[in-house]
Amino acid sequence: MSASDVPRHWRSMKERYRLLGTYCENCKSNFFPPRKICPKCRRKGRIKQIEFSGRGKVFSYTVVNVGSKAFEKYAPYVIGLIELEEGPRVISQIVDCKPEDVYIGMEVEACFRKLFEQGDSGIISYGFKFRPVDDSWVEYYKKLLADRKMKVLQSTG
Amino acid sequence: MKREVAIISVGATRFGEHWDKGIKDLAWEAGVKAVEEAGISGRDIQYIVFGNMSGGMFEGQEHVGALVADFLGLNPVPAARVEAACASGSVAFFHGYMAVASGMYDLVAVGGVEKMTDVESSRATEILAAAMDYEWEAYFGNTFPGVYALMATRYMHEYGLKPETLAKVAVKNHHHGSMNPMAHFRNRITVEDVLSSPVVAYPLRRNDCCPVSDGAACVILAPLEEARKYTDTPIKVEAVAQASDTLSLLERRDICTLDATVQAAEKAFAKAKLTRKDVDLVEVHDCFTIAEILALEDLGFCPKGEAQKLYEEGETYVGGKLPVNTDGGLKAGGHAVGATGVKQIIEIVKQLRGEAENGRQVDGAEVGLAHNVGGSGATAVVTILSRR
Repeated sequence: MSASDVPRHWRSMKERYRLLGTYCENCKSNFFPPRKICPKCRRKGRIKQIEFSGRGKVFSYTVVNVGSKAFEKYAPYVIGLIELEEGPRVISQIVDCKPEDVYIGMEVEACFRKLFEQGDSGIISYGFKFRPVDDSWVEYYKKLLADRKMKVLQSTG
Repeated sequence: MKREVAIISVGATRFGEHWDKGIKDLAWEAGVKAVEEAGISGRDIQYIVFGNMSGGMFEGQEHVGALVADFLGLNPVPAARVEAACASGSVAFFHGYMAVASGMYDLVAVGGVEKMTDVESSRATEILAAAMDYEWEAYFGNTFPGVYALMATRYMHEYGLKPETLAKVAVKNHHHGSMNPMAHFRNRITVEDVLSSPVVAYPLRRNDCCPVSDGAACVILAPLEEARKYTDTPIKVEAVAQASDTLSLLERRDICTLDATVQAAEKAFAKAKLTRKDVDLVEVHDCFTIAEILALEDLGFCPKGEAQKLYEEGETYVGGKLPVNTDGGLKAGGHAVGATGVKQIIEIVKQLRGEAENGRQVDGAEVGLAHNVGGSGATAVVTILSRR
């Protein structure tokens, strides 16, 4: 696969990097991946863009030991079906933890990572992965700022 | 014009590794067998339609409709290749059925062919992953076994299915396959064999997964009222129904249910005016062991979560309450993706004619059902056949 083999529209898909979905103003449903038409309301629907928080829970998971060609060298890796807090589900890798630590119901958050390299040309494909929710660094910075008698200016959650 | 349709003849290659054969050779072998069994000339065939998932990616060959028609020496008969991933064969059958039922054609050859073993396994994994929603599943590293593994993990969580019970699906299919000379694998296996095989995608192990196979299958359709001109044992097509769902698991109502199977089964049983109790045997799409469990529930043979009991009690063997995959299914019988749907139909035909080998013939079988799935359930086709 060469650079020209990468479908151009994929490179401009913001939703692949920022968890952008859609919601229907008519029936208040959230959708991921984004849709052009609400499957429930059809032409009565009003589709708008929405950015999801990136927080969710593991709904199901698997550990892939035999990857397809582009992912072969990363195996074993965890694939999760993640239910976002806004409702829709996404399929993504779960990283920054051991496969045996993943469980149904585990809280995870989206992060931006390299996914794979395309063919011999090695074009890097990026996208989101999920990692266990870890708020310890927030506490760390709060403590650090408190020690220096500084105020927390904005929520980091 | 609307007519009843019958299957007048069948033909297939063995499913397995055919190192010395390509798409054309496989299709030729199955097609010639079917034409000879019908006692017709190839020239009598008015339309050819067959399933092929990916000649383009497996062999670099597209446009296989005309390719096969030409190789069979049947030019200028119109020929079409249809694609619906692993359900390509059944979707072809649906189209052939419509062609005869509508009155458009009288003799139609319906087939399926796939040549899969010329690529290395990581490439095969990549090609099969194209049956899923590439953008939202494969792009993030999921594989085809991985999708069914997501269903299996959730199913185990919700319904307490044990790996030992799942293994019994494979054990049973190898048992049936051992008696089928056309099967890819003819060895018997044990629950321990399954549980000690390497993990492909947790919780699915190698022996939970069907193989990739080369193979072809063909049936010839004719109007029911004319079928006895060609055979003493016409098999009536009671119903064929197809339904669609999302390609990816993301937006499924319930990942432990294939809604397309539910819809197709409801339509098929309504059209056939038959009930589940009338069915003597089923061929279901067991690309992975979990898929067979889901299929029996989604087809309406038992409530959600309870198919595992049938396996605990051994009721899916020939001689049990509901014999399932009497030819070994996809697991032992083999899975030449574009041909599988037609191969399943051929098994039902053989059973209804009473021609299955000793030990795997269902006594007095009158009604059989075939269930074929594309991808992880985006396409499902249910076909009901009878001896009436």
